Amino acid sequence: MSPPLVEASAISRSYAMRSGMFGRSTAVHAVDGVSLAIAKGETLGLVGESGSGKSTTGRIVLGLEPPDRGEVRFQGKPMAAPGTTAWRAQRARMQMIFQDPLGALDRRLPVGTQIREPLDIHGVGTPAEREERVRELLRAVELTPAHGTRYPGALSGGQRQRIVLARALATKPDFLVCDEPVSALDVSIQAQVVNLLADLQAQLSLTLLFISHDLRVVRQISNVVAVMYLGRIVEIGSADDLFARPEHPYTQALVSASPAPGRRSAGRIVLSGDPPNPAARPQGCAFHPRCPRAVARCASEVPILAAVGGNRQVACHLVMGAATRDAA
Amino acid sequence: MPQLISIAGLSVAFSGVPVLRGVDLALQKGEALGLVGESGSGKSVTWLAALGLLPRHAQVSGSVRLDGREILGAPAPELDQVRGGRVAMIFQDPASALNPVLTIRKQLCEALALHRDLQGNAVKAEARRLLDLVGIPDAGRRLEAYPHEFSGGQIQRIMIAMALAGNPDLLIADEPTTALDATIQAQILELLSTVRRELGMAMVLISHDLGVVAENCDRVAVMYAGRIVEEAPSNQLFADPVHPYAQGLIGALPPLDGPRRRLTAIPGTVPDPAHMPSGCAFAPRCTLAAEPCGLSAPSLAPIADGRAVACIRAEASRRALLGIAAE
Repeated sequence: MSPPLVEASAISRSYAMRSGMFGRSTAVHAVDGVSLAIAKGETLGLVGESGSGKSTTGRIVLGLEPPDRGEVRFQGKPMAAPGTTAWRAQRARMQMIFQDPLGALDRRLPVGTQIREPLDIHGVGTPAEREERVRELLRAVELTPAHGTRYPGALSGGQRQRIVLARALATKPDFLVCDEPVSALDVSIQAQVVNLLADLQAQLSLTLLFISHDLRVVRQISNVVAVMYLGRIVEIGSADDLFARPEHPYTQALVSASPAPGRRSAGRIVLSGDPPNPAARPQGCAFHPRCPRAVARCASEVPILAAVGGNRQVACHLVMGAATRDAA
Repeated sequence: MPQLISIAGLSVAFSGVPVLRGVDLALQKGEALGLVGESGSGKSVTWLAALGLLPRHAQVSGSVRLDGREILGAPAPELDQVRGGRVAMIFQDPASALNPVLTIRKQLCEALALHRDLQGNAVKAEARRLLDLVGIPDAGRRLEAYPHEFSGGQIQRIMIAMALAGNPDLLIADEPTTALDATIQAQILELLSTVRRELGMAMVLISHDLGVVAENCDRVAVMYAGRIVEEAPSNQLFADPVHPYAQGLIGALPPLDGPRRRLTAIPGTVPDPAHMPSGCAFAPRCTLAAEPCGLSAPSLAPIADGRAVACIRAEASRRALLGIAAE
């Protein structure tokens, strides 16, 4: 296997949260010891519910915020300190796409100007070359150069997300972090954008970190999928295999909760309880209060992410128990 | 079976721009109907118009009959008995539907006092029973809590409890789980189907998620640009969609198992209601469109038992699905 383009080792990030105006401030562990590696041209999908730390992981990997502990390496080199020239040069090679394209665009600037902006900032080419590059980018996202003169308000949701994609691709990045890029779009438009993203990835050999709560979309675009729960990765494995044979009880519940046309909910696992508050993380395995299979050990001991055969890693006492039993 | 509610030729226009262009729908007692379609297709407007909840400047025409009685344009006192009493509605964003400065007890008891003939302690006992029914633990104590003390899933449970306060015959659930996480969505959908079974209530589930509708409804209507384009029993619709738009929607959904395939995206975008194409509204995006499609809008016509489709190319569409060349 080729060396990873992006590698995060044991990154953690916590925020201070105050309860009430005069309350004590408590640490919220948004991300807790997450390690991941993405090979060039591959896609890592990151799934989980709100508050699981998916977006924070994306922001740290992209260098938008520093980790408290751990390290992110890009092409084998550690991330430069934010604000330095080296950091700027590195940032041009990695870009981010957000869920809400209207919020990511300036409503008072024609979209063509906004696509050109990163080229201006990073001083790429002559003004004429930049204009040509904008036209080229608009064609790459299946729009016409005429769309470049419009304002975001005059475009549909799918067209806006294409503009955001074109802008992200302007500096010819190697690495894209997509945070829920299609969640706000209608199904038929979602399919257009997913196809476009897959085509562009193949043409430009882009490396993607694809964050979404939608298992179907994640499976469609990812090679490897990691499932997060309360700031930790609980299961990671190849996309098809993970969804076909989920091992961790949380992944099993997620897969079973994903409704499918033509399949009535027979034997659905419905978890009880709410997703816990990251500020009040349960002892032991964070999932144990909701886990249908939890045993006494789960409440006291934190399970470690361990290989269970194939390229699958699972953080669960029960799954590891099964693996060692098979080996014995 | 008697019809519980029947909508005929319902049309809505906002300042002269038509957004709903003749919707016919009927629902039997205890039935679960799914309404799918993309944003702007008129799923929510249909029911807001039927219940007289649209702003005054909306021009509404057509007929909505509840147990044979016309309720469209009925006087306010009569509608007050229908809304919250016979027909209840829950929305996508439950947090904004509750008053943040009143306790849950106050808000639940208000609904009970309006629609049920209960006095004093009986109101409170009923409020507690409803919270128990929707699975809020420690209901007695939680009645005194404020909305911000509950999680998103619990708030939606409380909204369901409030909707049940008037013992409705019909519950309109407008994207009830869209704002919730996957595991919480599963909980709420299970709660809705249990409650519906126990109380024999009919339900309209409005959703953009085909999977949610397929699993929770007996019958599905697909809407596009203010019209119903296909109506069928849910298992048949997903196994064998006839309208090219319904086929497109199902093809655009990435599969969760089996081999990965390129998604069949529907080209183009939903037409602007102010510039609706003449004839079939889907024709500009349709791969099967032929010349006659642009002439007049097709009407919803029955094609089989319990199935109807609004497409003059339905036959060609069916053949395309079977892989036989059209014509």
